[in-house]
Amino acid sequence: MDPHGPIGRQEKLILIDSTAIMLAIVIPVIIATLVFAWWFRAGNSKAKRLLDWDYSGRIEFVVWAIPALVILFLGGIAWISSHDLDPPKPIASSVTPLDIDVVSLDWKWLFIYPDAGIASVNKLVLPVGTPVRFHMTSAGVMNSFFIPQLGSQLYTMAGMATRLNLLVDDPGTYRGLSAQFSGEGFSDMTFEVSALSRQDFEQWLDTTRTQGGTLDAAAYAALMRPSAKDPQHTYATVTAGIFDAILVHPGAAPTAAQIEHTESAD
Amino acid sequence: MLGKLTWAAIPFNQPIPLVTSIILVIGIVALLALITLKGWWPYLWKEWITSTDHKRLGVMYMVLGLVMLLRGFSDAIMMRAQLALAQGSAPGFLPPEHYDQIFSAHGTIMIFFVAMPFVIGLMNFAVPLQLGVRDVCFPVLNSVSFWLTAAGVLLVNVSLVVGEFAKTGWLAYPPLSELAYSPGVGVDYYLWSLQISGLGTLLTGINFTTTILKMRAPGMGYMRMPVFCWTALAANLLIVAAFPILTATFAMLLLDRYCGFHFFTPDLGGNPMMYINLIWCWGHPEVYILILPCFGVFSEVIATFSSKPLFGYHSMVVATMAICVLSFLVWLHHFFTMGASADVNAFFGIMTMIIAVPTGVKVFNWLFTMYGGSIRFTVPIYWALGFMVTFVLGGLTGVLLAVPPADFVLHNSLFLIAHFHNVIIGGVVFGVLAGYNYWFPKAFGFTLDETLGKAVFWCWFIGFYLAFMPLYALGIMGATRRMQHYADPSWQPYMIAAFCGAVVIFIGIGLMVVQLWWSIRTREQRRDLTGDPWNGRTLEWGTASPPPAWNYAVEPHVTGIDAFWAVKTKNKELHKVAETRYEAEHQPHYETIHMPKRSATGFISAFFAVFLGFGLIWHIWWLAIIAIIGCLAVLLRQAWDMDRDQLIDGAELEDFDRRHPSLGAQR
Repeated sequence: MDPHGPIGRQEKLILIDSTAIMLAIVIPVIIATLVFAWWFRAGNSKAKRLLDWDYSGRIEFVVWAIPALVILFLGGIAWISSHDLDPPKPIASSVTPLDIDVVSLDWKWLFIYPDAGIASVNKLVLPVGTPVRFHMTSAGVMNSFFIPQLGSQLYTMAGMATRLNLLVDDPGTYRGLSAQFSGEGFSDMTFEVSALSRQDFEQWLDTTRTQGGTLDAAAYAALMRPSAKDPQHTYATVTAGIFDAILVHPGAAPTAAQIEHTESAD
Repeated sequence: MLGKLTWAAIPFNQPIPLVTSIILVIGIVALLALITLKGWWPYLWKEWITSTDHKRLGVMYMVLGLVMLLRGFSDAIMMRAQLALAQGSAPGFLPPEHYDQIFSAHGTIMIFFVAMPFVIGLMNFAVPLQLGVRDVCFPVLNSVSFWLTAAGVLLVNVSLVVGEFAKTGWLAYPPLSELAYSPGVGVDYYLWSLQISGLGTLLTGINFTTTILKMRAPGMGYMRMPVFCWTALAANLLIVAAFPILTATFAMLLLDRYCGFHFFTPDLGGNPMMYINLIWCWGHPEVYILILPCFGVFSEVIATFSSKPLFGYHSMVVATMAICVLSFLVWLHHFFTMGASADVNAFFGIMTMIIAVPTGVKVFNWLFTMYGGSIRFTVPIYWALGFMVTFVLGGLTGVLLAVPPADFVLHNSLFLIAHFHNVIIGGVVFGVLAGYNYWFPKAFGFTLDETLGKAVFWCWFIGFYLAFMPLYALGIMGATRRMQHYADPSWQPYMIAAFCGAVVIFIGIGLMVVQLWWSIRTREQRRDLTGDPWNGRTLEWGTASPPPAWNYAVEPHVTGIDAFWAVKTKNKELHKVAETRYEAEHQPHYETIHMPKRSATGFISAFFAVFLGFGLIWHIWWLAIIAIIGCLAVLLRQAWDMDRDQLIDGAELEDFDRRHPSLGAQR
């Protein structure tokens, strides 16, 4: 609960507010339970007994009204915040958003930067202050993409694309993980999130373009073989259309021809 | 000949499962040997295994639940120990492939084979007694239900020794549970044991719904039923509506795995999201199937020990039925993070919160039931108070998780784990243990030890807080569920605290066994001769403890809520005026009654069901075919069996009542 982005911060606020609203009822109920039980113990000669009392219209009205009003209030919070913090909703900003394609594999994360034409495994590098539009899918089993300090998680599912928008405020290193159990290597399916200043980020892109091979059909097929604790590594170039090909050919690595076909269909 | 079954299925190279298996096998062999040597088989066969008496079946469900609680809990304590150790580079003592089976087995066992048998056991025992009837509608079917559940239990435990269990989590989400990602027999063990026991549960649902709707003592209108019967009705309606969804969903996954279908595969048009929707269409009502009867237990316990009628009976009934209906409209809150639209997420979030309204009403009504009462601090009331304090916190975190953006950060975290243990331990386990201590003297004719009972309560209560409050904190710090090890050193103290909590609960479970043993040993001093040890309010306290096979020699006539209390009050008044006149006028008339005979149908059909499941799991087709023919033959024989009833002579009933003089005075 140490958010470093607007989404995470708003979610933390909602958590605290909702908890406070409910505690306002829950604490008195707990106290009343203990006090009533203690005061009306069989041995207490001072307690006034009402041994046939089993109905009071007024009390019934109040006990239905109190939870109903609280839920009306919290329901309002839920409705408004669900729309405000809807994962696909773009984050308002003067900065041009950055697109990143995310693929969860057994048991590692692939991040493709389509505009820069590079890709990275198990390391996500983000520019500070820039809204990021994640476009996510899975190579096989379901996972959940989650960077706790930035906020919202979202599932990655084979054959389907989910969209998530996040923004990081402060430079630093954050923990990313899969929050949906995905098999044997699940516990090591973490990734490092490195938030860099815009300048450092551009520099990282330039360096990356000179290192590592190409993410093409063959490289992806190799990456798709189950493995855990893969070291971070990058690809200097990415075959155009590979993300869409992964998306429309779930379950198996797309062939070079399939990638080309998907790309030309776009 | 033996399908996929080879010697490789026995875990010779894994010390922990191997040793457990050996102990298990030795234990079972020793138990069977003891029964044989003591010559207990004829008694067990006649009085228990083939019994169609709802009370006996209820007791057997409770025993089954208790045995499986020990199994499920040993999984839990292994998980907690693993996480207390496995920080940083430390591997712990459970490799992922074993750890994954343990948490899957823990969830599956605790829900299906501990909580369900406990809750169904309490309903079996108490519902017909409370309704003032002699048995359920379909007594043989009731026995079939029990034995099918036991067959599922057996298959799950066989997986420990032969083969493996699922490594997919307790709901086996595809694509992970599909053949491509889980080629072993683990998921098949999971699916077939739950298909078999699920059928048993569905039959229970049909049986109890029919019983409550069609068989009540004369005069007992719906609005005179004890609240426990109302909650049982709601739970069984939910079983009838929800369990077919589970069976169909599993059937589709089985077709995927066995016949190459593509219902839930990611490719060739399959859609795993559909499974997740369907499984929660069953899964959310399921939690209410568990909790509603426990709400009923607390309603009985709080009213009885406050020496007062339940406050707001009508509200309680409305709230129960409201929860029953609403529980079908909230399933999507289990996966807000799937990417549904904001409108959909918000709708299901709000529907979820709305359930908190009737639940809140119930809590307030229990509170006002205590108000003005004269509260006797017995073991059941300890559980009830512990429940009220704990459950409202679980409700709070539940409503919190129902706010979609809050769920986006807490989903699948240890916060969620803490939440549902908070409601399931604080609600279902506490409720079951309250009911167990409450109805035990009715079932066996002597009370359970109070001091040990209170010690059990404190261990569970303190152990629960110690084990799960740290998990709330860890969830907020971003710790996810089902991880086998973690890197963050600051989490370890919390994990160790949680482990200590599990140890305290373990002591509580141990003391439960001690309480039972000690109470049996000292039973002569704790006999309940009146049939009414708690000054109860509902009909079951008006018959002997333990009740005769026929429950009531003469059908009780019901004139209001709290029928037995009304009889006692009336007797007291009449005794003041003219003691003898009332007795003379109400001399009961004993007629010959008919009762169901004992039946081996349940046991034999479940016997075949085990082999059917085993054959299907290991692809031993000939065995499966023989077993299914066996099953059908037994059921057909039952269908044509016209000799099902036995007559019990009125003189025998009269003789029983004369030997229990307290009954005459109460009637």
